Amino acid sequence: MTEFLQQLLNGISLGAIYALIALGYTMVYGVLRFINFAHSDVFMVGAFAGYYLGRHVPAGTIAGGLAVMLGAMVICAILGMTIERLAYRPLRGAPTLNVLITAIGVSLFLEYTGQLIFGATPRTFPQIFPVTTVQIGGLSVSSNQLLVIGVALVLMIGLQLIVFRTRIGTAMRAVSLNPNAARLVGVNNDVVISFTFGLGSALAAAGGILYAMNYPSIDPLMGVMPGLKAFVAAILGGIGNIPGAALGGLLLGTVETFVAGSAFSTYKDAIAFAILIVILLFRPAGLLGRFVAEKV
Amino acid sequence: MLTVSDLHVSYGAINALSGVSFTIPQGAIVTLIGGNGAGKTTTLRTISGLLRPRSGSILFRGESITTLPAHTIVARGLCHVPEGRMVFANLSVDENLSMGAYLLRDRERIARNREFVFGVFPRLKERLRQTAGTLSGGEQQMLAIGRALMGDPTFLMLDEPSLGIAPRLIATIFEKIVEINRSQGITILLVEQNANLALEVSSQAYVLETGRVVMQGPSAELRDDPQLRATYLGGGPVT
Repeated sequence: MTEFLQQLLNGISLGAIYALIALGYTMVYGVLRFINFAHSDVFMVGAFAGYYLGRHVPAGTIAGGLAVMLGAMVICAILGMTIERLAYRPLRGAPTLNVLITAIGVSLFLEYTGQLIFGATPRTFPQIFPVTTVQIGGLSVSSNQLLVIGVALVLMIGLQLIVFRTRIGTAMRAVSLNPNAARLVGVNNDVVISFTFGLGSALAAAGGILYAMNYPSIDPLMGVMPGLKAFVAAILGGIGNIPGAALGGLLLGTVETFVAGSAFSTYKDAIAFAILIVILLFRPAGLLGRFVAEKV
Repeated sequence: MLTVSDLHVSYGAINALSGVSFTIPQGAIVTLIGGNGAGKTTTLRTISGLLRPRSGSILFRGESITTLPAHTIVARGLCHVPEGRMVFANLSVDENLSMGAYLLRDRERIARNREFVFGVFPRLKERLRQTAGTLSGGEQQMLAIGRALMGDPTFLMLDEPSLGIAPRLIATIFEKIVEINRSQGITILLVEQNANLALEVSSQAYVLETGRVVMQGPSAELRDDPQLRATYLGGGPVT
């Protein structure tokens, strides 16, 4: 039982990171109907921003840690909006495939520019937050895990408030439902799309730092696997659906952790993806997704 | 109020409009009728900025809006209720109305507009919390018009408000259109396939055929025109 709870906790904390990244995929898909493959590299840049910022704050303090995280979120928000402005906006109205290929290009560009600037050798991520281990019952809980879950929870609630309670959030949902109708009520879709990229990228940056704290070495290709998993999580929850992305992330992280802790640990990724295939066979639109019949 | 001159619009190699011109005086209800593919919807989409014309000009209150992006055209008081209603299906009726007032900052004015919309369409008030996608066709049309009214328009373009609506609701909706025009002085450009109905409520009419204006005049005269009757009004003698 203790073993089970321990694994569950590990799984949820990994899943929370997937969820944070998955939200970016799903929000961008919502407004532009394409998968931003460069998103996983924004996650990587977030970790590196944390690495460099972390050297300028006192190590192991909560205030310092939060400052680093906030700084990285701002940097990545700007990066995400710049990518959208330079690479995707000129392709507005072009076939989705063109945008998709561009996204892969941007992804490779960020990865190899990262290698050029940061070097390909993995680096140790600094301890920006204080680290302790708390014993609860027989459970050993690291403060990092609690931090991951806490930060992810706060960010998701914040996102929910933005999307459902604010003017720009309602505009995001409107653009996602019908871009032309949104323009006809006076929404500047470019602003909303830019905002969406900023928001998603900021969440990815937070995810990058939380990931780096728990898996403490970072390198320019670190985004590839978590990015892929988060993408899968977004599909699993129903792409375009915000609560779905959070649910998909948590589910995938938990499954992966349990498989990793079992006799089949070598096949953890294979099993995680097999589960995806099975779920999609029965629910092709994802767990919370609904198929909308397209009217022609 | 609105002057469209020699508008040419094409989708790739296909010409949708080949030199459409018309004028709409302030306070009037003017209708654009014509069959499928005549270019009625294209005309509206070009005026509201969803499409770019290849050539020609659109003057609204004396200023050119020909190349302005759609969201800035709405800001000038020209509002387009699109074909197929295009309500935000997953948003509540309330949120749809709020989106209609997206460009307004003055809360009091938004509240006043909301009351006005409820006055015109009491049904919307009853359905406030309901998701727009679950409304009936007629209710969605009311919502689409209500949403447009939320933004304080001085000029309203309605694309096929009778499309896909229960016959008994069509009369109501057209009554409301006339009411909005009379009580608020909102100028209306009405696109309709139901030519009988359109000619009944409008003062001026333009007939579009394959991207050209082929006939124009006071609605009452066009209603009696034998050629028009044969083509659009189901033939038959003048009644």
